[in-house]
Amino acid sequence: MQKKISNIPFAGTPEQEAKLKEAIARHKDDPGAVMPVLQEAQEIYGYLPLEVQTMVAEGLGVSVEEVYGVSTFYSQFALSPKGKYNISVCLGTACYVKGSGEILNKISEQLGIGAEECTPDGKFSLTACRCIGACGLAPVITVNDDVYGRLTVEDVPYILNKYQKS
Amino acid sequence: MEMLNIKINGKDYQVEKNTTILEACHKFGIRVPTLCYLKEINEIGACRMCLCEVKGARSLVAACVYPIDREGTEIFTNTPQIRKYRKMNLELLLSNHDKKCLSCPKNTNCELQKLCVEYGVNEKKYLGGEDPIRKEDHSTLHLVRNNNKCILCRRCVAACKQQYVSVIGANNRGFDSMIGCAFDQELDNVACVSCGQCTVVCPTGALVERDDTDKVFEAIADPTKHVVVHTAPSIRATLGECFDMPIGSNVKGKMVAALKMLGFDKVFDTNFGADLTIMEEGTEFIQRVQNGGTLPMITSCSPGWIKFCEYYYPDLIPHLSTCKSPQQMQGAMIKSYYAEKTGINPKDIVVVSVMPCIAKKFEIKRDDQGRDGMPDNDISISTRELAKMIKTAGIQFTDLPDEDFDPIMGIGTGAGTIFGATGGVMEAALRTVADVLTGEDLKDVDYKEVRGTEDIKEATYNIAGKEVKVAVTSGLKNAAKLLDQIRAGESPYQFIEVMCCPGGCVNGGGQPIQPGHVRNFTDLKALRAKALYEDDLALTYRKSHENPEIKAIYDEYLEKPGSHLAHELLHTSYVERKR
Repeated sequence: MQKKISNIPFAGTPEQEAKLKEAIARHKDDPGAVMPVLQEAQEIYGYLPLEVQTMVAEGLGVSVEEVYGVSTFYSQFALSPKGKYNISVCLGTACYVKGSGEILNKISEQLGIGAEECTPDGKFSLTACRCIGACGLAPVITVNDDVYGRLTVEDVPYILNKYQKS
Repeated sequence: MEMLNIKINGKDYQVEKNTTILEACHKFGIRVPTLCYLKEINEIGACRMCLCEVKGARSLVAACVYPIDREGTEIFTNTPQIRKYRKMNLELLLSNHDKKCLSCPKNTNCELQKLCVEYGVNEKKYLGGEDPIRKEDHSTLHLVRNNNKCILCRRCVAACKQQYVSVIGANNRGFDSMIGCAFDQELDNVACVSCGQCTVVCPTGALVERDDTDKVFEAIADPTKHVVVHTAPSIRATLGECFDMPIGSNVKGKMVAALKMLGFDKVFDTNFGADLTIMEEGTEFIQRVQNGGTLPMITSCSPGWIKFCEYYYPDLIPHLSTCKSPQQMQGAMIKSYYAEKTGINPKDIVVVSVMPCIAKKFEIKRDDQGRDGMPDNDISISTRELAKMIKTAGIQFTDLPDEDFDPIMGIGTGAGTIFGATGGVMEAALRTVADVLTGEDLKDVDYKEVRGTEDIKEATYNIAGKEVKVAVTSGLKNAAKLLDQIRAGESPYQFIEVMCCPGGCVNGGGQPIQPGHVRNFTDLKALRAKALYEDDLALTYRKSHENPEIKAIYDEYLEKPGSHLAHELLHTSYVERKR
């Protein structure tokens, strides 16, 4: 799946930047420093927008394209921020054969965003994740820490509605 | 040096230890097919076209990266199994390739196509998989990227990295993998220097120069236009390759004949522009030395290099010579001096330049070039585009008799001709600077220390009792070393020549494309440069200031190098570019 690049304006703080600079300084001389620095950057910012990747590239003396190549190769790196409510749809084997693919499509259609994207109001983000270990409840989605199991496509609007209001 | 006894296809050979299978096979007359391999810059064993069998090895090996390190190694390069796998590999590459060969600019000059013919590939064979339609990038003035033809060999990525630019790379994963820029930006929005080295190494039609030949044909066909063409020094040393002539053939006379047959009203030599550049740049250098100007002064003929400096070392812009490039000087003089002398309205003149370079397409549109809203050059085409025009016109190039350039900008000196190779601008400048400073007609004009394809060449010359320390480099990776030295305040030089492309213009981004198996085992740069140095030796005039047409232009028009008018027409300025 090709990653979607967020168009939500970057809102980094000076504290976050200081933390990132510290991480870059710590890894600067390591071989293959791009990946560990990107991991820390994602912990600091929650995702890896252009502004953050540029800081990483400049800090490590590599091109932004090299950093971007790494960030789009590994599925754990996100180019979009997480919303207030992050919906994870389990695409593990059990959930998938029970139809979680259709559930993902339905949520995507309702929110108007694809997987690894965030709604423009910052409310919802959508993640397609690996097995979360609740195969007995397949198909399963989580909304932040809430777990919903044995779902059908028809359940989707009701679940989304609950969070839309709050 | 340890030698090993090995067998290739059952025959006995001896090779040095750790020679790769690919190199060994080449040495013994066997061409192992490659797609991704580029000697020294892309040795990644990714495309799997060069699969060979090593007896006892667990699986087939990639010949390009497999070092022969054991006595008695037995290698097979052409078994039924190997042929089957190579063919399957090609079929897989075609399974998500657009296969529109007939309308492809690289048709008949495509390494993928040639291998498919050699291996008898059946393109209809169903191999499954996704084949999404990928976006094309037409954003720049100099090239077009069509990822529907890309085989992900990464040669372009390696070429870009070698240039210290690295604005392209492999993004995403699996079927989504594609070569592109950070955050899926178009090439025009990133710090690409337009050198075109990526287009020279691309084995398919995924990267090609922007084709401006239609504009040229149109101008020639327009009876109201006076179309003037001028050809850069290195074109004479490379154009023949497009017509299957040996690498390093000097085709100056045939090239001029072909241009006249194409219907250009005047055919001029950019060597004249190069000589003019030396007059201006040499004078600027002497003035900087005498008046305490910014040193080292760096040459400014190469638009890819200039763009690199503007993007990556903007703080060093004051070191750049303010001289326009020979292309721009030539164009400026055609639209002023030549127009006035012939009484042709410059608005009716179309100036076409034939360049070894596709950054020249960008340069003709730069700010602070041209005069009164009129560009110095209207269209810039590459060596490859000129060859295409000659073929379209049905001109039998190799049979043509030699013809001469037209006056009043048709005489170029040996100094001008060597502009096409790394070290040439420096040597040409030294020939003139030395004569000016000593007031003599020096007989020794060969500055051999600055010739050759080494990364960085340096030399110290004693000119009129003054020590001049110079450095010459080509390829932006090497240039960066000299620039870092200047930044650190440790540069010992007064004068530096930088050419963007490794080896200089003879290896420019607009030059004929040689396939990987030639490029990897031939010193293209040296062979092509040799043709220029031989041209230099054979010419009547070898110093720019001896060129009678140059003398005339200063006597009749420009007055003297660095004059007010010269500044207006022949000098320019640079801008800091945001990355």
